[in-house]
Order: sequence, then C-alpha cells, then structure tokens
Amino acid sequence: MTPLQGCLLVSALLFAIGFAGAVTRRHAIIALVGIELMLNAANLNFIAFWRYGAHPEALTGVMFVIFSIALAAAEAAVGLALIIAIYRHYKTSNLDEVKELKG
Amino acid sequence: MSLPFLIIAFMTVFAAAAAMSLRNLVHCALAFVVAFAGLAAMYLQLDAQFVGFAQILVYVGAIAILIVFAILLTRSGDTPNKAVLAPGWVCGIAVSAVVFTLLGWAVLNSSALPEQTPPAPVATVKDIGGLLMTKYVLPLEIIGLLLTAAMIGAVIIALKEPSPTENSGRKT
Amino acid sequence: MSGNIQQVIETFKHLSLVDKIDQLFVMLKQLVLACVPEALQPLVSGLLSVVLVLSVFPGVFAIITVIERKGLGRIQNRYGPNRVGIPFTNIRLCGFGQFIPDGIKSLTKEDVVPYAADQVVHFLAPIVMLIPVLLAYAVLPFGRNMTVTDFDAGLLFFFAVGGAVEVSVFMAGWSSRNKYSLLGAMRAIAQMVSYEIPLILSAVTVVMIVGSLKLTDVVAAQNHYSFGVAHWFVFTPWGFVGFILFFIAALAESNRCPFDLPEAESEIIAGYFTEYSGFKFALFFLGEYLGMFAIIGLGVTLFLGGWISPVSFLAWIPSYVWFLAKMIAIVFVFIWIRGTLPRLRMDQLMNFAWKFMLPLALVNIVVAGIWHFMSHDWQRWLVCAAIIFGAYLVLGRGLMRNQKLGKRTYRFAE
Repeated sequence: MTPLQGCLLVSALLFAIGFAGAVTRRHAIIALVGIELMLNAANLNFIAFWRYGAHPEALTGVMFVIFSIALAAAEAAVGLALIIAIYRHYKTSNLDEVKELKG
Repeated sequence: MSLPFLIIAFMTVFAAAAAMSLRNLVHCALAFVVAFAGLAAMYLQLDAQFVGFAQILVYVGAIAILIVFAILLTRSGDTPNKAVLAPGWVCGIAVSAVVFTLLGWAVLNSSALPEQTPPAPVATVKDIGGLLMTKYVLPLEIIGLLLTAAMIGAVIIALKEPSPTENSGRKT
Repeated sequence: MSGNIQQVIETFKHLSLVDKIDQLFVMLKQLVLACVPEALQPLVSGLLSVVLVLSVFPGVFAIITVIERKGLGRIQNRYGPNRVGIPFTNIRLCGFGQFIPDGIKSLTKEDVVPYAADQVVHFLAPIVMLIPVLLAYAVLPFGRNMTVTDFDAGLLFFFAVGGAVEVSVFMAGWSSRNKYSLLGAMRAIAQMVSYEIPLILSAVTVVMIVGSLKLTDVVAAQNHYSFGVAHWFVFTPWGFVGFILFFIAALAESNRCPFDLPEAESEIIAGYFTEYSGFKFALFFLGEYLGMFAIIGLGVTLFLGGWISPVSFLAWIPSYVWFLAKMIAIVFVFIWIRGTLPRLRMDQLMNFAWKFMLPLALVNIVVAGIWHFMSHDWQRWLVCAAIIFGAYLVLGRGLMRNQKLGKRTYRFAE
C-alpha cells in the first residue's frame, strides 16, 4: 500500500465516522461537529493528492484547503449561532424535538 | 508507510470515534480537539506547513472554543440521562459502513493513482501569498465578503432580543 | 570522529574573540554533535536545544518571581522577601533565594481534587497548558544563528500554539465543577480571544514590511545601523504604535494586571485556578510566566530588534545577552505596570479591545503600507505620524464620549 493510499484510507475512515455521528446523534451540536469532521476529511484528501500527485508546484491542493478552512470557520460560526437561537426558542437542543414549523 | 504516520493516524481516528460516541458533550469537544491536532500533525507530515499551522490556529484556537461555548450556552454541559442516539441509528451506522467500504475499495483498486512517490514539494509562504494575490485573488475577496457576512449574520441570529415586558414596566 | 571535531574547530578558528563568545553555544553544540554518530545527530541536536531552553527559561522564571515580589513590595512602600538567601546558611543575598522554599512548598503541599470534579480533564489541564507554551520557544531567535527550529511560517506557528492555551483554560475551569472556576475560565477565554486580534494585527505590520514570516528574516531586516543607531522597527511611527499595541495585548494575553480580572484574588478567589493546589498549581503558575516570557520574546524579536544591539559601538556584547537583557527590561515594565495601575472591569476591557485597539491596529496596517511605498525621506515620517495621531485622537475621543461620568459622590455608613 503506497503512502497515498494510506492517507486516502484514513480520510475515508474519518469521513465515515463524521457521517455516522452527524446522522445518528440527537444533539444538534454534535451533528455540526460531525459535519466539521467530514470537511476535515476532505481537506486531508486534498493535501494527500497535492503531495503525492502531479504538479505539486501549482499549489492547487494547498489553496483549496486554505479556502476550505476559512469556509468551515464561517459555517461553524453561523451554525452554532442558529443552534443557540433554536435553544432559546424551543428550550431544547434535541434534534428530535425540534420538529414543528410553527414558532 | 512510516511509524509516525501510523501512530498519528491511529490517534486521529480513535479521537474522532470518541468524539462521535461519548455521552458527555464536553468530553466530545475535547476529543474533537485531539482529532484536529492529529490532523494538523498529518498535514505537517505531508510537508504542508502553512496548512498545518493554520489548522491549529483556526480549528483548535477558534472553532473548538466556539463549540464549547455553544455547549455551555445551551446548558448541555452535564452528562445526559436520556438516550444520546436518535432512533434509527442502526441505519446511520450501516450507511456509513457502506460508504467507507465503497471508498476503501475504490482507493485500493484504482488504477488512476500514481505509483511512485514524488520528491517533497516546497510550499513556501511567499509562493502561497503570491498565488493568493494573482491567480486566486477573486476567491480571496469572496472569502473576505463571506466571512464578514457570516460574522454579522451570526451576531444578529444569536442576539438576545429585548423582551417587550421589560420596556413596558418602566413607566414610573 | 576526531576528524569531524577538527573540521568544526577549523570553521570557527578564524572568528575574532568577540564573535567566538557570541557563537559560544553554537560552537559547543557543533562540537558535541561531531562526537555523535551520523544517525543519531538530529535527535541529539534537538535534545541539546531543548535542554538549553528548558534550563534557561525556568531559571529566569525563578529569579523573576522573586524580583516581582520585591518590586511590587517596594512600589507598595514595603520590603518584599528579604530573608532567604542560600538555605541552611545565614547568607541573606537580599532574599533572592526565595524561589527555593517556594518550590519546595508547592511540591510538598497536598494535592486536593474535588470529589465531583472530572478527574481526567482536571489532571490534564496543567499539562495541556504547559506543552504549547514550551513549544512556542522553538521559533524565537535567541541570538545569532541560535534558533531552535527556523520554520518558514514561524510567526504563524507561534500564534497557533498561543491559541491552544485557551483550550487548557477551559479544561481547568470546567472540570473543577465550581461556578467561580467556570466563570473565571469563560472570562479569561473571552479576554484572550478578544486581545488575540490586535496582537496578530500589530504583528502583521512587521510581516508586511519584512515580506516573510520567518523570525530570523525579521531580525535580519533590522540589522543595519544609520548614525550609529540600529534600525529597530520601534523607531518608526508604525512600529512605535505597533509595539505599544503588542505590549498591551501581551499584558492581556498573559492575564497580567491591569487585565487580570479572571484570576484576581479580590474578584473571583482565583478564577480557574481555584481548585488546584500543590504541584498542579505550580505548573499553572510556571505556564503562565513562561507564556509571558515567550510573548515578550516575540515582541522583542518583532519590534526591538531581537538580538541586535541598539547602538553600533555596543555590538561587541554577545547577541544572547542582548536578547535576555531586552526581555528582562520589558518584564520589569510589566511588573511596574502591575504595581501601578488598577484593574479593568470586564466590559471596560472588552470595549478597549474591540473599539479602540482593533481600529487603531487596522489604521496602523494602512500606515505601514503608506510608509513602505512613499519615498524614503523625512516627509513619510510626518505623514505617517500625522495619520496615526489623528486616528488615536478620534478613537480616544470616541470612546470617552460614551462614558457618562457623573460627579463623584460619597456615601458614608450611618
């Protein structure tokens, strides 16, 4: 197994774990954390292909990951603000109990 | 695949699994910090210095703190007594296992992956800065706009509205 | 192996005596490395650098704790500790041996952990605080050719590990299951996060002018003299304002007075330290002071020229002596400020960071850009100083306008 395949397997494993957490946990914040983990797995994929693939001097993988990290930060901020606002309204952060559209 | 890579990979995967399965939310957040740090170590192993340090600065220094603040502001700091897994969690685990099997099979049996390991590329900060200002200047400006919008949006969404009863009781 | 030693001696033989003393530690390290087989050389090199950092800076920490107590005592019109000199003798040494009984006391005190505390997180918090702080010393240039690791993105590494300290503060505050600890931890994190932005923005001006994140490049850019005075960045308008902003933000990052609300005894018992005793408290104390030294070291590197002497006729003093002297001088100023200024309230602190320091840091960046692109004569000094002074006046007046300070009233007990 080449080092590239090792990195890609780790990235796939992290993605699967993040997906499992985002789908199975009841608490809204842990679902968000799972999504962040999926983003991180994709970043690892980009860096692995940048390192072991063709044309690493074009720095494409590094650029992608820099923008992805910035985007993930913005998305985490907005997502957590939404969860706080939902908690204030519904008095719970359990995803199963937040199921009515009427405010 | 060298020993440091194996150790760091194992630590990262273990921390991520712990983050998704622990009952106490603050323990989840702290395991998540370990997973981020492990990922940063993997980036450093792959000769991406700038990305590794940026990962620690943004994820560990900011996003993890944000997550723990949100956990405390939604009063979820104690270990819950009720179930933590949603109903139908078996399907979720099954689907994620299928996803991992598919990706793993694709990685191990693909013929498109390069065989040799090229020499370590040098990604100096000067190169990254130069590219950000020439080829990627449009995404840079858009990210700036997006971060501003996200900041303003997050503040407005999480702002506590003054309740109407407070203002009406102050007549005297 | 003796051939290697000969080679090392050859490379250093042609240096003058001043340069030999300056490169003393580098020479010693190369000599030791020459006696070690090839395969082990990176490991031994790293170990030697780590041993040097770990022996010098905790030693400086020990002396500074005594100096701080004596200095604060004198400012408050009393003697500080002046009894303990060399233990088991009658030699007083003006009390400079005080750190020995302090260390013994903190090691032998009983380690009390609350019953309801989260044991694992409570145990790990001091360790998680100490590791990033020690890592931060890896990129500081202590002297000519004396950096432990010279990363290409050295400054980014420093700020990244600085951000990791906040996680340990939260761990300490939350795991104690104590309302005072949690409140103190939340306040400390809010303060650290708020003041990180002016800190990084004032360092960004230096990066803009130098064009590199490598700290050795930053020092090399200040390494020329005109009229006998070195080109430290603090002697330029943007550098002066940047240094003051960095200094104030460093005070806030290390939780020092006047920004020590999270850990002040009269406010919140001891904040997030409350449930820690014995050696864990000593580790927190050590981590806090080492963090203070690291951030002062970075300020010295960025603005005060690192290991470069200010005047060219004093350049014969070894470079590491200059670095340590500048660092200790700034620590004296920290101690002086601690004894002089009253504490800021939480909302005053946050207002100061977001409404005064952040806009001023942004204006400073614009001024540094103007400085770089204007022609190199006396006009750019005037223009840059005028812009910064104008921004300072506007922001200062703007902050003062919101304070509706009434007439001072006195209430006496009946």
